[in-house]
Amino acid sequence: MNDTRIYTVTDVTRDIRVILEETFSDVWVEGEITNLTVSSAGHMYFSLKDKNSLLNCVMFRSDGARNVFNPEDGMAVLCSGRISVYDKRGQYQLYAQKIEPKGRGSLSLAFEQLKEKLRKEGLFDDARKKTLPFLPRHVGIVTSSSGAAIRDILKVARRRNPNIEISISSVRVQGSEAKDEIARAIGGFNEYNEWTRVIRGEYEPVDVIIVTRGGGSLEDLWPFNEEIVARAISASSVPVVSAVGHEIDYTISDFAADFRAPTPSAAAEEVFPSVRDLLLRLKQSEERLFLAAKNKIRSLEKSVHALETSYVLRAPINVLLRMEQEIDDLNKRAETCLTHLLKIKEGKLAAVSGKLDALSPLSVLDRGYSITFTGGKVARNAKDFQKGDLARTKFADGIVESKVERIERLKNLAGG
Amino acid sequence: MKNIDFEKALEKLEEIVAKLEKGDSSLDTSLKQYEEGIGLVRECREKLGKAKSKIEELIKNDDGSFRKEPFSEK
Repeated sequence: MNDTRIYTVTDVTRDIRVILEETFSDVWVEGEITNLTVSSAGHMYFSLKDKNSLLNCVMFRSDGARNVFNPEDGMAVLCSGRISVYDKRGQYQLYAQKIEPKGRGSLSLAFEQLKEKLRKEGLFDDARKKTLPFLPRHVGIVTSSSGAAIRDILKVARRRNPNIEISISSVRVQGSEAKDEIARAIGGFNEYNEWTRVIRGEYEPVDVIIVTRGGGSLEDLWPFNEEIVARAISASSVPVVSAVGHEIDYTISDFAADFRAPTPSAAAEEVFPSVRDLLLRLKQSEERLFLAAKNKIRSLEKSVHALETSYVLRAPINVLLRMEQEIDDLNKRAETCLTHLLKIKEGKLAAVSGKLDALSPLSVLDRGYSITFTGGKVARNAKDFQKGDLARTKFADGIVESKVERIERLKNLAGG
Repeated sequence: MKNIDFEKALEKLEEIVAKLEKGDSSLDTSLKQYEEGIGLVRECREKLGKAKSKIEELIKNDDGSFRKEPFSEK
């Protein structure tokens, strides 16, 4: 036993650790995740297993934070790290620094995971989608000020509708800082709108936001697949159009946005209505208005004409004619009446004249009497005469002049 | 009427056109519709031309206010 070395537990454990660490300082291990737990400190504990064996693993929070996807039980993965001993438990384990899904890219897995998570939350629901303004007054654009996307959008905007105000919030669209800058810029436009409301100045609030970048690799587009960007988009009270990469590229921000455009140019086509089209539409409406009003008046004119020539409106003329006839009749009757009246009056006149005749002294003459005048006066008595006076005696048929020769008075009369 | 939404104005205009084209309103109503329609056409045209044509960069100041700077394409 003298030659025999006796280790303390600590010594042997340290030696094992050294051997393990020297042999397995950087290995890749393939297996299926099982018994995954995350401690309150954020460290991940799990095991990798295959048909026959199990390997304990730990991934510290600082390493885990670099994972783009979330490891889950049952997931086939590749882990890289070193194998060492946890002295206190005398337990060897893999200290994982990287973890990747097996058989596919971790980014594509992360994409699917986040998409599923947000979908379950209802972030992509159609009911949440806001409608884009028909004619925006002020368009906000979140993109790089030096990228192809802004050039494409401004080109389309100038061509279609140069009268719409555009504000650009310049951000990085790739790299690790991009996601925060993009999310902040989307929130920034919403804050800006609040601010315009408060200051009540000449600032026009934005009524739509375009979140965009041009084409690139999956890694380049990655910020637009980040949860923070998706949440900023869905929290925006201003409608958001997402246009990331090329037509074939779908990002989480596309799903979260109110409208997904396949390219930046397409986003601009959607957001900036063509002035020419709108003016044409107005002109057509104006022409149709004019024509419709003209037709209305023309049809009314026709109706008026039809009425004019209809019996109903000709009737007044007939009434007039009838009235004229009646007047004629009345005239005739009046004439007849008058004539009749005249005759009656004439008859009466004749009768009255007869009476008058009878009363006239002249008619007395007719009956054989005569009137004698002297000195221009009717002689009523013998004493009206002197011898030698001239007397004019009127008879019915003439006048006789005579000279008084002798006057013989009747006494009894003279005494009266 | 100043701030009536362009889209609403256009919709209303096209509604009026359709009504007027049906031609079953009285002359008085038709003329009123025509006048209203022409008014909307004029209003919409003004709106299309009125908006400000500006391309600027929006920058948030430290105090939470905003400023705008001319945007130059790089």
